[in-house]
Amino acid sequence: MSAPSQDTHDVVPNPIHARPVPRPGRWVSAVVLLVLAAMAVNALITNPRFRWDLVWLYLRDVVVIRGVMWTLVLTFGSMVIAIALAVALAVMRRSDNPVMRSFSWFYIWFFRGTPIYTQLVFWGLLSVLYPRLSLGIPFGPEFFTFTTRDVITAFWAALFGLALNEAAYLAEIVRAGLTSVDTGQTEAAKALGMKDRTILRRVVLPQAMRVIVPPTGNETISMLKTTSLVLAVPFTLDLTYATNAIGNRTFQPIPLLMIAALWYLLITSILMIGQHFLERYYGRGFGTTPSGGGGGPGGRFGRRRRKPSKQDLIRASGTTRQDPFLEVTP
Amino acid sequence: MSDASAASSAGDASAATATRGEAMVEVREVHKVFGQGEGATHVLRGVDLTVGRGSVTVVLGPSGSGKSTLLRCINELEDITGGSIRVDGELMGYRLDDKGVLHRLHPKVVAQQRSRIGMVFQRFHLFPHMTALENVMEAPVQVRGMSKAVARRRALELLDRVGLSDRVNRYPAQLSGGQQQRVAIARALAMDPELMLFDEPTSALDPELVGEVLAVMKDLARSGMTMIVVTHEIGFAREVADHVVFIDEGVIVEEGTPAEVIDAPQEVRTRDFLSHVL
Repeated sequence: MSAPSQDTHDVVPNPIHARPVPRPGRWVSAVVLLVLAAMAVNALITNPRFRWDLVWLYLRDVVVIRGVMWTLVLTFGSMVIAIALAVALAVMRRSDNPVMRSFSWFYIWFFRGTPIYTQLVFWGLLSVLYPRLSLGIPFGPEFFTFTTRDVITAFWAALFGLALNEAAYLAEIVRAGLTSVDTGQTEAAKALGMKDRTILRRVVLPQAMRVIVPPTGNETISMLKTTSLVLAVPFTLDLTYATNAIGNRTFQPIPLLMIAALWYLLITSILMIGQHFLERYYGRGFGTTPSGGGGGPGGRFGRRRRKPSKQDLIRASGTTRQDPFLEVTP
Repeated sequence: MSDASAASSAGDASAATATRGEAMVEVREVHKVFGQGEGATHVLRGVDLTVGRGSVTVVLGPSGSGKSTLLRCINELEDITGGSIRVDGELMGYRLDDKGVLHRLHPKVVAQQRSRIGMVFQRFHLFPHMTALENVMEAPVQVRGMSKAVARRRALELLDRVGLSDRVNRYPAQLSGGQQQRVAIARALAMDPELMLFDEPTSALDPELVGEVLAVMKDLARSGMTMIVVTHEIGFAREVADHVVFIDEGVIVEEGTPAEVIDAPQEVRTRDFLSHVL
């Protein structure tokens, strides 16, 4: 019975065949850009000083591959630490305790307000500043003491230097996420007798993920390239340092810069693919509107996919705000 | 067991009246002020209300009269500025020591007090990332530490009771408003509350969905649940309420049986309000 009604939808008895509006500007701009692109490619290929043969040779060099590995370790290691710290900072920022709130504010203010390069240099110099570290009561007894240089090696200084800095940025992202969840959710959970920590873990964070995850993916891509600054510590095994070292040794800085660029591009591309799927999963779709009505079979969810994702359902419930500015960190 | 046998030996009718007489909620001289200084609004101005165990109290009043605030104060979602609220004889939110000094209760204890009071919201507030079943199971598992298997069995019973046994695995966004509100009622019942608060439970619903939610509430009232219902459904109040309270501008203007307050209101403000709603 439904077939004929659909046919009338598909077959339009009086279709419009109109000529498009002429847009010569489009053609001109496209041609100009294509010519410029061709010139750039030509400049890259024909200039012998790029030494593409050396690029190909060193691209798979053991030292370079090891540099890639260290860069990945630094990227993901520091992101994991930063995420844990950021959740703590964001929760502190929303705390009733003014000391907690101020501490979080101060942390974010300081670590966002100073250059990452300066911070990394500082962490590298920590063993000069404090040759011995001890655990104890301020101005009181010390429980145990160790030599700074033995514990905080260049790697740990680099890892934590990156993580502490990134945590400040992520804290704002997490806070935006937590703020985006409808207060009614917290109230309903409270009314059921749930404690604050349970509410955060079971009710608020799962919904805040929609806002938190996409920009965090972005931050990860950004972190990949920030790791190139760890020579400030100095940590000397990452991709940028490794390729620079070979470049200086062989008096061929340009091909080795190209190698570093190619590796960063490759990893970024892989991360971007991951980011794409994350964003699709956590739904940036600002078009969907919350509805009180039922999504029966053939409803809003029936058309595109048979089974709506959990994120679609969270979005459709309208308990998180659809505010794009929440995701922007200043 | 001994309670039940004592009640039955005393005879059903007299037992019911005996428990009815006992106060479940005692609101005494409650004031609530939002904000401070110039911008402060005095929402509740000395509310006294006694709700008997097993009774249904319907709170009527124009918007902004403080009726929702009163419910939220009983559940400690809002701090009261003055007065006292007792539920089942227990002071809510505070502890009075031997010397008559008031101490704020630890949030953990407040959460425990809340867990014995069910609340149903105007806009449902179901957890959108959980299915209907998971919504109902959540509090017993997380708050009471009930095993998932037991919580699941009870949640299925409750969802069956609100007529949703065929929707247990749907997410809130896949349910109609009426269905969502019925899940919300089941979710509140899962904590075995001794008191249920309804904050305009049908106001956000399409007219054709109101009936199904009211039916569940009537069923609940018949089972002997103590209920305080803020609503504009006069029909429901007339049929189900034991006690009707009319609030305006933060004070109780008139209260009594539905016949007294709805059908023969004494106060001008009550008559005025009812003429707009009926």
